[in-house]
Amino acid sequence: MSLRDAIRLAFAQIRAQKLKSFFSVIGVVIGVMFLIAVVTIVEGMNRYMEEDFARSLFGLNTLTVSRQPSMMMNPSDEQWREWRRRPRLRTEDAEAIREQLTVPARVAIESSSTSRARSVRGEEVSGVWLSAASPEIFRIREWDVAEGRLFGPLEAEAGLPVVVLGSETAETLFGSLNPLGRTVRIRDVSFEVIGVLESQGTLFTMSLDNRAIAPASSPMGRMTNPRGVVDNILVKADDPTALELAKMEVEAIMRVRNRLRPDQPNNFELETQDQSMAFWATMSRILFIAFPALVGIALVVGGMVIMNIMLMSVVERTQEIGMRKSVGARRRDVLLQILVESGTLSFVGASIGIGLGLGLAKLVEAVSPMPAAVGYHWLALAAGMGIVVGVLAGLYPASRASRLDPVVALRAE
Amino acid sequence: MKQAIIRTKGLSKEYVMGAEIIYALRGIDVEIERNEYVALMGPSGSGKSTFMNLIGCLDTPTAGEYWLNGTAVARLNDDQLAAIRNREIGFVFQTFNLLPRATALHNVELPLIYGGTGARERRERAEHVLERVGLADRMTHRPSELSGGQKQRVAVARALVNDPAILLADEPTGNLDSRTGAEIMALFDELHDSGQTILLVTHEHDVALHANRRITLLDGLIESDETQAAQVAV
Repeated sequence: MSLRDAIRLAFAQIRAQKLKSFFSVIGVVIGVMFLIAVVTIVEGMNRYMEEDFARSLFGLNTLTVSRQPSMMMNPSDEQWREWRRRPRLRTEDAEAIREQLTVPARVAIESSSTSRARSVRGEEVSGVWLSAASPEIFRIREWDVAEGRLFGPLEAEAGLPVVVLGSETAETLFGSLNPLGRTVRIRDVSFEVIGVLESQGTLFTMSLDNRAIAPASSPMGRMTNPRGVVDNILVKADDPTALELAKMEVEAIMRVRNRLRPDQPNNFELETQDQSMAFWATMSRILFIAFPALVGIALVVGGMVIMNIMLMSVVERTQEIGMRKSVGARRRDVLLQILVESGTLSFVGASIGIGLGLGLAKLVEAVSPMPAAVGYHWLALAAGMGIVVGVLAGLYPASRASRLDPVVALRAE
Repeated sequence: MKQAIIRTKGLSKEYVMGAEIIYALRGIDVEIERNEYVALMGPSGSGKSTFMNLIGCLDTPTAGEYWLNGTAVARLNDDQLAAIRNREIGFVFQTFNLLPRATALHNVELPLIYGGTGARERRERAEHVLERVGLADRMTHRPSELSGGQKQRVAVARALVNDPAILLADEPTGNLDSRTGAEIMALFDELHDSGQTILLVTHEHDVALHANRRITLLDGLIESDETQAAQVAV
């Protein structure tokens, strides 16, 4: 009997007993469903982290110098105290880096805070993300204006109270009015709106468009940090491949400035997009280890159910197997038939599981900010696992069936 | 020239049942030639089922020799026996033994599937043999849509599809009413007339009368073996 005949036969058998077949593969369906759902969500998160999260938080190919890490997993009290003891970053550090760096790069400083903002009309918006930054910030973050213009070096040097608003902030404060040239009051200081940024969308549920950016030397600088102190120094190498080199140079410059001996660890943080990805990678690794274990248990249970159903099915069809042997079925024909049947059954179950899993992931995507994406290799893996579980579960029933004595089998009721 | 399809020499079969040894067959010497029509008779326990299983290559003897169509089959292994059953033997059972969810056509194709015949040839041969047993208009029917006599015709078609050396029928009319039984026996007579060798197991005397040779077993031995022309007009 050819494999094709065996598969056709298996499908006929499954069709003939739809309900029983469904119940026998429910374990496999559930196992595969969760596998696909979890993988889809984790992969979606992965892609999201790579493409959007890291980019909007750190910028592509950008090195961030700061006092303490921007993301951390359960730091100890001791760790906190160590961070607290570190010196604060200063404007002079940024100037030193700008002067001493041999790799062609842009350098910017940035200090942040949040505050309320008010328009003269009395409209108010809270939770505005304030940035006091150098003009290079726009090139480094790849921010561009939808309306108006960005501030330039002259305005930055003079410390003029000009501001570039996020699209949501501008919309809330001014509605349909043209915001350019109008005044925004932030912490009782008036700023002139000179530009509105293109929309950046949201990060999870957090808006990236509720912000106000003004020169570091403007009154915004004093709102975010004591004079001369900055939160971050951003370095973006002109050539993306030179980022690692730039990182080494910046590290050396900062160590000299902070008078560190060779045996002392850095008392500042150097972060790139890769580091922020490492944080997420740790989390996704945990998911990828924990879930296969659960899926594995579901599949083992599913395989055992299939094995029992196949054993029952062999007993029920004893006479049929006897007849097949009497017309010339060899042991391996019977073996193949049962194995293919149980493999096909499980494969069908896995396919249903894939469908349900994708559906579940889409559902999660629809009701939560978590995006869904899945590589085809995962679908193939799930389908393959279905077949393997089925074939393994079919081994014992198939070997029982193939060893039936035709004389005895034909006499069975 | 006569040619032996079946030849046995001292064919014996013993079963161990608990502490007891049962001698089901105690040395059978028999020869059946091409185009013979043999009825095998005997009371239950006489060994006729055992003899039938051995002749049908479903079982192997504990002693003795058996040549089927020139091949010594007494010492073959499982797979070799399966191949012999596939090519040389056509079984017809009392309970039909059809696949309940498969069409008549598919049921008849089954031996060809195990014999490795290609799909197109399989179909042609199955159609041809179904026509021969008078079921040209029932090919796509399932057993549940067929009468008892039609089911047995499908079974006969399945037995014939590989053009076997011998047709082995075990009480083929046992589950049929007398009129349908007579129809099936007429079909057997027809097959015999067209050259088919037939071995028929039955305990009904009037069924046995269709054959031109009657072998009666008793206690594992041949009690009588008589040859005479069939006594039933078709």
